Amino acid sequence: MQQVASAPPAHPPTHVEEPSTGLNNRKVLMWAFLGSDCMFFGALIVSYLVYRGRWQGHPVPTDVFDIPYTSVSAFALLMSSLAMVLALAAIQRGDIRRLKIWLLTTAGLGLVFIGGQIFEFTTFGHEGLTLGGNTGGTTFFVLTGFHGAHVSLGIAWLLSLFVQAVRGQMAQARSLDVEIAGLYWHFVDIVWIIIFTVVYLIPI
Amino acid sequence: MATATARAAPRAGILARPVAPMGIWSWLTTIDHKRIGILYELTAFIFFLIGGLEALLMRSQLVQPDNTLLGPGQYNALFTMHGTTMIFLVVMPLSAAFFNYIVPLQIGARDVAFPRLNAFSYWVFLSGGVLMNLGFLIGAVPDMGWFAYSPLTSSQFSPSVGVDFWVVGLQVLGVASLAAAFNFLVTIIQMRAPGLSFMRMPLFTWTTFVTSILIVLAFPVIAVALIELMFDRLFGSTFFNVTPAAAGAAAAGGDPILWQHLFWVFAHPEVYILILPAMGIVSEVVPVFSRKPLFGYPFMVYAVVSIAFLSFTVWAHHMFTTGLSAIAMSFFAASTMLIAVPTGIKIFNWISTLYGGSIALKAPAMFALGFIAMFTIGGLSGVMHASPPVDTQQQDTYFVVAHLHYVLFGGSIFALFAGIYYWWPKITGRLLGDGLGQLQFWLMFIGFNLTFGPMHFLGVDGMPRRVYTYSPGMGWELWNVVATIGAFVIGVSVLVFIFNAFKSLRTGERAGDDPWDGMTLEWTIPSPPPHYNFVEIPTVAGRNPLWLQKHPELAGRHVPGADPIATDTGHSGSEGSGAESHDGHHAVHVPDPSYWPLFAGAGIFVAGFGVLLSAGGNLSLLAVTGVGLFIVIVSIFGWSLEPVNEPVQA
Amino acid sequence: MSAHQPEHAHPGAQQYITIAAILTFITLVEVSVYYIAALRPVLLPVLVVLSAGKFALVVMYYMHLKFDNRLFSGMFLFGLATALFTAIAFIFLFHLLQPRFVT
Ligand code: HEM
Ligand SMILES: [Cu+2]
Repeated sequence: MQQVASAPPAHPPTHVEEPSTGLNNRKVLMWAFLGSDCMFFGALIVSYLVYRGRWQGHPVPTDVFDIPYTSVSAFALLMSSLAMVLALAAIQRGDIRRLKIWLLTTAGLGLVFIGGQIFEFTTFGHEGLTLGGNTGGTTFFVLTGFHGAHVSLGIAWLLSLFVQAVRGQMAQARSLDVEIAGLYWHFVDIVWIIIFTVVYLIPI
Repeated sequence: MATATARAAPRAGILARPVAPMGIWSWLTTIDHKRIGILYELTAFIFFLIGGLEALLMRSQLVQPDNTLLGPGQYNALFTMHGTTMIFLVVMPLSAAFFNYIVPLQIGARDVAFPRLNAFSYWVFLSGGVLMNLGFLIGAVPDMGWFAYSPLTSSQFSPSVGVDFWVVGLQVLGVASLAAAFNFLVTIIQMRAPGLSFMRMPLFTWTTFVTSILIVLAFPVIAVALIELMFDRLFGSTFFNVTPAAAGAAAAGGDPILWQHLFWVFAHPEVYILILPAMGIVSEVVPVFSRKPLFGYPFMVYAVVSIAFLSFTVWAHHMFTTGLSAIAMSFFAASTMLIAVPTGIKIFNWISTLYGGSIALKAPAMFALGFIAMFTIGGLSGVMHASPPVDTQQQDTYFVVAHLHYVLFGGSIFALFAGIYYWWPKITGRLLGDGLGQLQFWLMFIGFNLTFGPMHFLGVDGMPRRVYTYSPGMGWELWNVVATIGAFVIGVSVLVFIFNAFKSLRTGERAGDDPWDGMTLEWTIPSPPPHYNFVEIPTVAGRNPLWLQKHPELAGRHVPGADPIATDTGHSGSEGSGAESHDGHHAVHVPDPSYWPLFAGAGIFVAGFGVLLSAGGNLSLLAVTGVGLFIVIVSIFGWSLEPVNEPVQA
Repeated sequence: MSAHQPEHAHPGAQQYITIAAILTFITLVEVSVYYIAALRPVLLPVLVVLSAGKFALVVMYYMHLKFDNRLFSGMFLFGLATALFTAIAFIFLFHLLQPRFVT
């Protein structure tokens, strides 16, 4: 089974090679990618931490943070993870109707998060925190901006799954497609768990 | 594309499938790992010639004191491009060429796990190589060294767009390396033939595996560092900028040392990315040419794996002179010395393999032996500057140049030539001339030692690296003349190789399936291998499966009861070599060619080009990047709609 | 080969919701801890532990690492461990250790 993509088997099954581990290639790829992405966000977070406490001038990120506001958008992203696993549970049961609902909910909560981030960036900008102002602004915007880019990519992915579901192209047999998209989505969520704590909450 | 000929031009997805079996389009749309390997090899070799010419120019400048052949700016550009080219456009892709061609054969697979991603890697690599070198056309060549130390790279100190070519080119090359590394990781985990457990894998497959892990973990860090540098230069952020962005603004507060840390967190694993595949090649060649299985196979494997761990813990040994704290210095000195242990284990294992073997001094073996000797010298000078006080003396002198060339040239390049001589007959079906090979080896070996041996002395005498000339009367004249002569001897040796290659392609001796009496699966199939590699996927019963079959007495303790390579026809050469299997009635699973990887690679090129256009100051030209990314997205879309294999038209 | 990898006993919707409730609770605690002045001195360790707990819950249950093949855990944890090691080293290098000379 599962050679490379979810395409229908093109050849007599006798000649299709089995993966050595019995695992799916694309799922192995996704986990390798997530391991790698740990280093990507690790480097961005570390860049922020290196300058923390060495910021020059004002405003610096901690001057403008609005913790209650960001808590709400962080919560939206956290709950999107719940919607995501419910979507997976739905397709694993073959319940395409609920799959559609939960996929859309996940993407919607993601959009809430992104909308919140756009608003936050604009507000911070008005309050004087800019990309080039000091190392605080620089490292904050680039770190959270790249996280936002990851979220946006995830939203596009979820919506493409949703469209396929609407078109009747999703079936129980394709639950792996949802699972892999979900892995990516949860990863983006756990990165925000770290960013929320390290960047927003921890004083110093 | 033999399998395609049996099919009508099918339409699935957006574009019709490319079906031409030969000719330029078949190469542009190929997703056959063997053809992609050949493309990597040829491209990397062309870059090797370019990087070599750059080196010869530098050596010509240094042949005498106060020479004026090159100005300081030109010299800076040359050493930057030489270093960058040799590392990212020569050694890495030459290794990738062997990953592509050999690893699927060694693990008994018909292709890699993601064939189109593989083609994509190649096209992105080519895009990155071209972007990197594009600066030559407009006279804005990167000139800040391959390590791109900040603040030299800031817009203030490097206003020309040269640095941007380097930033964009390297970023694109990183994408290519990452895509390839993910692919090989999954391929090796997932596509091993039945019975080929990890501890039976050939050492070259092992080093490919570990190298892929290193790429997957190290390249994201340089990606971030390059993004940050790009933001500093394009959008005025202050990651590494010390000075205020505009006159009168507050000090930016950036710390140039951050760049050094991020760079070396990536670049020390990178040096192992450069050497591990070479070690893998040598571990294949040495046993075959001494007719003894690799001594201490498990220790070899553990050594490779522990290097992977350790290589992320030593990076600051490149920064002993930046004012690290005493504790940090001690930590990084100790971890650096520690990494010499697994390295030493490997050297002793190769020597023990040779010991008592019946050694055939053919060209591949000569290069492998050259590797062992030269790499040992480079490793020893490495441990020397693992000591902070010693390094303070040696840093930025020619001693470091000697070290890095003994490991990279004496190490990687010698091993890669061993690999070329060893696997060339498998790839082309013809042997490279051994006499010319010996000539090339000796010219290269002598030239190499003439060039880089004296640099140890120059370095200890205090001659600084990265400086375009030197004054007379420092006592450096003699060794500089010797080094320049040596460099041209190396040049001649490369010409001998090119001659040998062309001669072999025309009139070389036919190789047959197994010219070296090899021990791994690639020697069980015809040379060159058919499109689908294996008629039947073999089943492997032990290490060195082909020796288990041919010479159980050579293969060591692992003599099993079962047929060591079980396929229904046993040796597939007889069945697979003829044209009769080309009509597709074997229905083997071989992916069909595709346009999308090429288009996606082109999109990445356009995106990178857009960044370069806007680097002149007009940020609205970033729209071109948008167009490029759009092409990438459309291509990925088309790619995911296109089934890997067209349904067979029965 | 071992193609019949057990269709891993994915937790059901009920368990997912329980986990979400715990995650919500931890988030509430995190934000309130931030506002309690008396806890300032221990804020750092408390927050680190709490967010590590959230991280672990999502990874183990929502990403199924607790139930799935150990290869996946290995791949992810190797990346995570390398990133953590590097990050901690940077904190030492830039904040905690005394530089040998200050420019
Ligand atoms: C026994 C193992 C090794 C040790 C202990 C070691 C140690 C070192 C140290 C301490 C330096 C910094 C010298 C300085 O700049 O002052 C260095 C530089 C370097 N090493 Fe190694 N090394 C080892 C193996 C390798 C290998 C296998 C490679 C590559 C294949 C390599 C490539 C380099 C390069 C390219 C540089 C110079 C970087 C630059 O400044 O541009 N080394 N090595
Ligand atoms: Cu190093």
